[in-house]
Amino acid sequence: MSETIKRPKRKNPILKTRAPTLPPDRRSRIALGLVRGAALGNLELQCCAACGAVQYPPREACVRCLSAELEWTVMSGRGELVSETTLHHSQELFFRERMPWRLGLVRLAEGVSLVVHLDARCGPAPSPVIVEAVLDRAGQAALVAKPDGGNTALADEPKLRNFTSDPRFRKVLVTDAKSPVGQAVVRAVLEAGADLVWAGHCEPWKNPPGWPAIAELPKVTLVPLDVTDTKSVNELAAELGFKVDIVINTAEHHRTFGIFGRAGVETARAEMETNCFGLLRLAQAFGPVMQARGADGETSAVAWVNLLSIYALSNFPQHATYSASMAAALSVAQALRAEMRVAGIRVVNIFPGPIDDEWNQLLLPPKLAPSAVARAIVGALKGSVEDVYPGDIAQDWLARFRDNPKALERELGR
Amino acid sequence: MTNRIAGYDGVAVAVPVTVPYERFSIRGAHWFIARALKALVDGAGISKDEIDGLCVGSFTLAPDSAVGLTQHLGLSPRWLDHVPMGGASGIVSLRRAARAVQAGDAEIVACIAGDTNHVDSFRLSTATFSMFAQDAVYPYGAGGPNTSFAFLTAYYMRTYGAKPEDFGKLCVAQRSNALQFPHALFKKPLTLDEYLNARPVADPLRLFDCVMPCAGAEAFLVMSEDRARRLGLPHARLRGAIERHNAFPDDPVQHRGGWVMDRDRLYESAGIGPEDIDLLEAYDDYPVICMLQIEDLGFCGKGEGPDFIRRHTFEANGSFPFNTSGGQLSVGQAGAAGGTLGIVEALRQVTGQSLGARVENARHALVSGFGMINFDRGLCTGAAILAAT
Repeated sequence: MSETIKRPKRKNPILKTRAPTLPPDRRSRIALGLVRGAALGNLELQCCAACGAVQYPPREACVRCLSAELEWTVMSGRGELVSETTLHHSQELFFRERMPWRLGLVRLAEGVSLVVHLDARCGPAPSPVIVEAVLDRAGQAALVAKPDGGNTALADEPKLRNFTSDPRFRKVLVTDAKSPVGQAVVRAVLEAGADLVWAGHCEPWKNPPGWPAIAELPKVTLVPLDVTDTKSVNELAAELGFKVDIVINTAEHHRTFGIFGRAGVETARAEMETNCFGLLRLAQAFGPVMQARGADGETSAVAWVNLLSIYALSNFPQHATYSASMAAALSVAQALRAEMRVAGIRVVNIFPGPIDDEWNQLLLPPKLAPSAVARAIVGALKGSVEDVYPGDIAQDWLARFRDNPKALERELGR
Repeated sequence: MTNRIAGYDGVAVAVPVTVPYERFSIRGAHWFIARALKALVDGAGISKDEIDGLCVGSFTLAPDSAVGLTQHLGLSPRWLDHVPMGGASGIVSLRRAARAVQAGDAEIVACIAGDTNHVDSFRLSTATFSMFAQDAVYPYGAGGPNTSFAFLTAYYMRTYGAKPEDFGKLCVAQRSNALQFPHALFKKPLTLDEYLNARPVADPLRLFDCVMPCAGAEAFLVMSEDRARRLGLPHARLRGAIERHNAFPDDPVQHRGGWVMDRDRLYESAGIGPEDIDLLEAYDDYPVICMLQIEDLGFCGKGEGPDFIRRHTFEANGSFPFNTSGGQLSVGQAGAAGGTLGIVEALRQVTGQSLGARVENARHALVSGFGMINFDRGLCTGAAILAAT
């Protein structure tokens, strides 16, 4: 971890908490093509299927041959910084609050010019840089140029930190810290420099392996939280909601039945209670107060992570009702993303394939270790993405889904 | 070079009009354009019904265009154009109006560029200036055109060895010219020290490198020389005019403009060369673009701009009279009128109607326009030569 980011001073309680501002978020529809890659951490630019020309800014036709067949294609990002400036003046509040702000003009190896946010660690022009697509606080794709080589973590650069949700010095609520994934997440965010973790737990009679050790970790506070109980959620939010900077919702209910495997809707209802309505309860209780703290100093409220499932994309009939509850949760998460965006708070969705836990016992490998899921979550927070598909299964299903969702439906139904 | 283009024989440019600038105005663009039209008809001694051609440049006329203006101002022109080209709109309007007059499509064309400037106009205009600006520039710091010109200036300084003092010399000289021009918004002298010590805006640009947006209008009439004589109007001849859009799109940084592609044609049609030009009215929203115009219009070679500036003086009575009313940098940038300010000043100089600093024996004036920062560069360039009769 870099030493360049110092622990911020304690908040002055006399001062008014600033209201969140956003960078300009108006884009043409064609320019929104950048978001598709940026959401996953990929730099994708338009490439002409007919003549191979790469172009930027996004256009409605190929600038070279006028073809309309333009494919968003992953770029290397290698380029040269050809000019730069440091802005001391801006028309928009978001940047005025963060002056001075460094910008670069980069010529990519593919021969196109880009205006980018420029890493302070980049040498003066001309110098080699790597361009990445990130998400800004308005949730829009933005291009960032970093030095070619060396430690270039976004979160270690004072200005580019604005594009991350770095847990360092922040306070994190893990809604179910008792599950294997929950325990791994608690350890991972502490390792990433979180100030403290509220470890949510319900069913106090359960004492699974690893849990006593979690409870004894410094900086961990156990808090009772049952996401299926509105009163429990509201009580916790009333107690500490105004201090939570990051919510990581790991609570889930998972049973393995197809539609005909079990009569009645009780199991499905239980899954919905936790996976979908649980998220809704948490959002209603914690969301508004987090929104109000979107600009509360350097350790403002910053992100909300949902542990979903790759089954949210397309139903896996062997886990039919669980898939359905995760699809519902995804839909709620999309709405939450829209509502949190006004405060610059990022909603990150994690879509793991089967996790190596008791409910996936009968599935063949590869399965994701809980620690891998935790690493994916912390990686998303330290970086600048909003959709994460950790592991080989998730990547495979995502590729199939993007290629042909009907084909994936048939493949999963075999 | 393509076929020789027909000249602008018989075309006269007359009645230079400036509607006094204001830093901010509560009025609409229509008000400034109306004042300009009134001054044109009064100046020409004609009724507005005799204006049968209208060409308009404006950023703040929305939701109207030139069409709405006809009813707003009670005109029934048989030739109408709207030129949304910012700093190049003046030159392009002049070219089009001249052809309309030559072809008989109109007899008297009013070319008017005007804009208002409300307190928040500039931010709103830069936020959605173009699709590329909105998608790929404004979200990056929201610096407006300062950002693009900072990139260009930094690159130019690094590549060709220009120093802040070189840009400063132009700004200081223009201010000196502006002090004699009654419509300039800047009334105080500017020293090189003040220029160099001004607050940074977008490195390497400082405060006095950047135009100040304001409200105002500039206008002139285009008609046949015969008509101008019959009306008894002092007028200039149009000896040549060029325009070019999106020149050199593959240059990584805009270190040259479209003028390079067309300047030979310009001088050929005028039958003169750069050495015959008595004054240059260049587009000057930032001084680096002045440097490019001096080079690209043939007054010196590429990269020789800094040396040219060190060798010359730019006051109206200097060795290279330049932006003799003060230019936009010292008069103010009244939106699209910034692209017509130079034409109006050149017209005053070659017709002996200067309101301020006067260039002695001004026979040939070169006026240049530059407009529309779209992504990383300005897309429109134009230039015209006005000659005394």
